[in-house]
Amino acid sequence: MTVPAEHALVLAAILFSIGLAGVLARRNIIFMLMSIEIMLNSAGLAFIAAGYKNGQADGQVMFIFILAMAAAEVAVGLSLALRVYGSFKSLDADAASSMRG
Amino acid sequence: MYELLWLVPAIPFAGFLVLAVLGRGLSEKAVATIGAGSVGLSAALTIYLGSLYLSNPPADGVFTQTLWQWIYAGGLNASIALRLDALSLLMVFVITGIGFLIHLYSTAYMSGDESFSRFFAYMNLFTGSMLVLVLSDNLLFLYLGWEGVGLCSYLLIGFWYKEPYNGYAARKAFIVTRIGDTLFAIGLLVLFTGLGTIEIQELMIRASSEWAGSSLPVLAAALLLGGALGKSAQLPLQTWLPDAMAGPTPVSALIHAATMVTAGVYLIARTHALFELAPAVMVLVAAIGAATLLLGSLSALVQKDIKRVLAYSTISQIGYMFLALGVGAWHAAMFHFMTHAFFKALLFLGAGAVILAMHHEQDMFKMGGLRKEMPFVFWTFLAGAASLSALPFVTAGYYSKDLVLSLVWPSPFGGGVLWACGLAGAFLTALYTFRMVFLTFFGESQRGIGPKPGIAITLPLLVLAILSIAGGFVETPGFLGGVDLFASFLSSVFAREVFQLETSGVIFAGVAAPLAGIAAAWLLYSRREALRGFVQKPLAAAVSSLWFSGWGFDRVYDFLIVRPFLALTAVLKGEPIDSPVNWLAKASEGLNLLLVKTQTGKVRLYAAGITIGAVLALSAAVLL
Repeated sequence: MTVPAEHALVLAAILFSIGLAGVLARRNIIFMLMSIEIMLNSAGLAFIAAGYKNGQADGQVMFIFILAMAAAEVAVGLSLALRVYGSFKSLDADAASSMRG
Repeated sequence: MYELLWLVPAIPFAGFLVLAVLGRGLSEKAVATIGAGSVGLSAALTIYLGSLYLSNPPADGVFTQTLWQWIYAGGLNASIALRLDALSLLMVFVITGIGFLIHLYSTAYMSGDESFSRFFAYMNLFTGSMLVLVLSDNLLFLYLGWEGVGLCSYLLIGFWYKEPYNGYAARKAFIVTRIGDTLFAIGLLVLFTGLGTIEIQELMIRASSEWAGSSLPVLAAALLLGGALGKSAQLPLQTWLPDAMAGPTPVSALIHAATMVTAGVYLIARTHALFELAPAVMVLVAAIGAATLLLGSLSALVQKDIKRVLAYSTISQIGYMFLALGVGAWHAAMFHFMTHAFFKALLFLGAGAVILAMHHEQDMFKMGGLRKEMPFVFWTFLAGAASLSALPFVTAGYYSKDLVLSLVWPSPFGGGVLWACGLAGAFLTALYTFRMVFLTFFGESQRGIGPKPGIAITLPLLVLAILSIAGGFVETPGFLGGVDLFASFLSSVFAREVFQLETSGVIFAGVAAPLAGIAAAWLLYSRREALRGFVQKPLAAAVSSLWFSGWGFDRVYDFLIVRPFLALTAVLKGEPIDSPVNWLAKASEGLNLLLVKTQTGKVRLYAAGITIGAVLALSAAVLL
């Protein structure tokens, strides 16, 4: 049986909302990064579903892009998290607010 | 070798440069040598040029030397060009000759001053600028010299700048003369736009041919007259000169008696062809001269400070020159200028010697008895005073003043009233002059005097005393031989006067007025106790204090101009016109402060902001 594209899109929307909620609600930088990862993947899923629905390979190409970008983002994000921890002895995102104003 | 002419102003300028650059490091003796020597060289060169001019005159009596082109733009062609004719030669002779004597005197008078070299630098700059003024061939170059002497006058009045009053007097002199200078500049522009040249002789020729019968000469002449009034301290711009006495006494002698203040007389004499086209302005010049000479001499009557007496006297004597100019007696004005330069420089230098001896006391009522203590200064001062009072037959002042008066009555611009003013002025002049002499040199001495004046002080006094007595014999009235060396010397510049009035009544009045003045001075001096009582009566006291303050011009100007101006500046100090622009700046600054508040540094808040924004944008796109 085939899964209708609409189901995949709804799932992508649900995943995106979960990720967004995580970013907004969690204070731990690691968890925020993980939530961002979920949002990225939901976007990728939406691309694939759209490509499947239109019978084109573009969606999968975009997913490969997103995958590569996500890898780079995680590398940068984790190294930033390490620096934050080194400076503030904490992974609380709100603690690293010395650049205000 | 007329080509040496350019050196006459160049040498004082070179002296100024050397003193300005190296002055601090030089000894007093070296500074005196450079300062007085440069003017002395100029004077020697002038004597050489003068003898050349008399023995071997250039064509038409004019030698022009163009050094280089200064400005050439559109129709304007201004050159650095010098012009030597009889008039400028006379001026140069007075400036360098008397200038040298005063420089020599200053080497002793200013000795020991901490700014000795600065003084001589300014004096040399002044001499150079004054020479530029009188030698210039065009009005723009003349204006350069005109401003140069104004600057030096400012610098030298405020020479002892640590005293705030001196700085005030210097600013006052500068600002009041600036009113005249501005009028002069406008006049220069009127002449240039109307006639298309600034060369003085060319202007005069074109004015006579192109402007005859139009009203433009009146405008141009009136504007030039404005400049002359400011520089020569005539009504209504005379208020700066009494305060200018704050400068060192040699400065008063050189700038505020002999040379700079007569620049206005020179300007009018130089452009006399233009004034002849404007009879209304001529009448105005004569009237201003007559009014100024009366007001000045009445003010001089009641002054206490010996230098202020001389200052008001200078105002009044320049009034005589203006009176002569106004009635078209050009050579009489220049003759009185020359004799006035002799005797007024002498009187100032004599007063300086007295002031030095009195330990810088200038109040005449604290002097007295100096006749026995300083006989040399007394006799030379007496010679100057006699000349200023126009003591008949033996002094230069008599011949020049008599020439002016004899030309005033018969002139179409003059008349009996102006003549009577001049005669009354002659009486008052003798009165205040001998009041000064009696108060200073007669009576009991009140305090010890300082060291005797040296040769550097006595020599200029002696030379000037001789000139004050003998300088008048170059031009004598008909009943005394009718010598007219002076008039014929200037005849290449001024057309000869023909309407000289020499009836016995006029001659008698001219002889009697000064003698009566001197007699009145002696009478009042010998009864000064009674006079003191009279002056304390209310009406006499009011008149006396009015005269003492120079007719209250200062107060009127203060009320009419200075205070409203200061009030306006007080309003403008807050820059009300800029305020709308400033509000704009303030508003954007406030907005910036608001936006700064949103930058909290909290990542989650930013993410929330992005989310809300995206939701709003998306729903707008979907719903609308």
